[in-house]
Amino acid sequence: MSKDREFLWRRLHSLLGVIPVGLFLVFHLSLNFTAIGGEEVYNDATGLMELVPHSLLLLMEWVIIYIPLLFHALYGVYIAFTATHNTKRFSTFRNWMFRIQRMTGIFLVIFIAWHIFQTRIQKAFGATVDWNMMEEIVDNPWMLLFYILGILSATFHLSNGIWSFLVSWGFTQSKSSQRVATYVSMAIFVILSVMGVVAICSFAI
Amino acid sequence: METANTGRMVDVEILRQDTENGATRWEKFKVPYRPGMNVISALMHIQKYPETADGKKTTPVTWDMNCLEEVCGACSMIINGRPQQSCSALVDKLTEPIRLEPMATFPVVRDLQVDRSRMFNALKRVKAWVPIDGTYELGEGPRMPERKRQWAYELSKCMTCGVCMEACPNVSEKASFIGPAPLSQVRLFNTHPTGAMNKDERLAAIMGDGGLANCGNSQNCVAACPKGIPLTTSIASLNRATTVQMFKNFFGSDHMV
Repeated sequence: MSKDREFLWRRLHSLLGVIPVGLFLVFHLSLNFTAIGGEEVYNDATGLMELVPHSLLLLMEWVIIYIPLLFHALYGVYIAFTATHNTKRFSTFRNWMFRIQRMTGIFLVIFIAWHIFQTRIQKAFGATVDWNMMEEIVDNPWMLLFYILGILSATFHLSNGIWSFLVSWGFTQSKSSQRVATYVSMAIFVILSVMGVVAICSFAI
Repeated sequence: METANTGRMVDVEILRQDTENGATRWEKFKVPYRPGMNVISALMHIQKYPETADGKKTTPVTWDMNCLEEVCGACSMIINGRPQQSCSALVDKLTEPIRLEPMATFPVVRDLQVDRSRMFNALKRVKAWVPIDGTYELGEGPRMPERKRQWAYELSKCMTCGVCMEACPNVSEKASFIGPAPLSQVRLFNTHPTGAMNKDERLAAIMGDGGLANCGNSQNCVAACPKGIPLTTSIASLNRATTVQMFKNFFGSDHMV
């Protein structure tokens, strides 16, 4: 990387995590949530995506999801491995958040790679991504657990990421604003987690 | 000037290291207790009688110290897991055995002595001073409001002790992060009415590689700072200042000061 570009890379990393990757996650979890309505509702809702012309869908996938996500993931792995964790000596809330943010980030790289392979890449090979596919996947209790962990990691990583986004861009400066942002990010975490976990469990029961 | 022997012994364990990058080993010492003693006085005793708890002769322990009143920052070390100044670390308030380690985020010169050059270089890099020298009389600078001065005084309490650097998970040999202390100095000097005349230069310095953006918001620095400096508020404030500067640099035609 060229000299003195780190500031821009870091800021880009912070921005992309929220827009578009974070927004996409919210959209994705919202769509999944239709699973509580049962097989037909879910298939109808996800089937809407098929109405978008294929070439436009591909373009949107690459621009909104794959490229930003890939940059965020790769640069994030680099950031995660430059940290020297010391939660043992400094067991403060924020230091734990710092650590869990990096742990969930690494786990998400593995989870998302697997998730994309299991769904999107299979679709490219001719499989249909629908209720049946998800039902088969989470039929395996270990896979269900893996997915729940993946969902919780993603919702945590986004919620806490919004908190650090607000600090990194200079929105929340004062202690009190940072504290309020913590509460808001926790609320986002709870809401998104419930949505995500309820949805995945709908396929299993 | 030895005071009366109280009969009580204090257990001290020290992480020893003879040379830079050399091997480390723990050594145990027993130091006679004196009322009100601090970690430095325990170290002074060991320096006088370099003998381990099991009676073996050893080399005197090396450490840095200067003011002995928590203003110079030289005697910082890790005491029972927490980086702090050994002069103001009172034995009465510590649990035994008292474990002393060097702040290994810096290069260890010997024993408890570390090389904090990294911080001083960082202060040079961010121009942590107010330039007032000229070839002619520059006259008085702009006045600083008294309330602002009082507020800025809190930031000026930094003694470059390195405790925040040791506490920061992003400051290490494998990362280039400049660390909290020099960043807060940028805020201090950019607050000063005369210092603000070079505001953009300091911001440009911390927008370089290993600069401000490498902060990961673990907020250990503010928890560890012995002077209670609002380091994370400084960092967040600089985050906003650099965001504005970034847009000025890219879209603006005049991005100085």
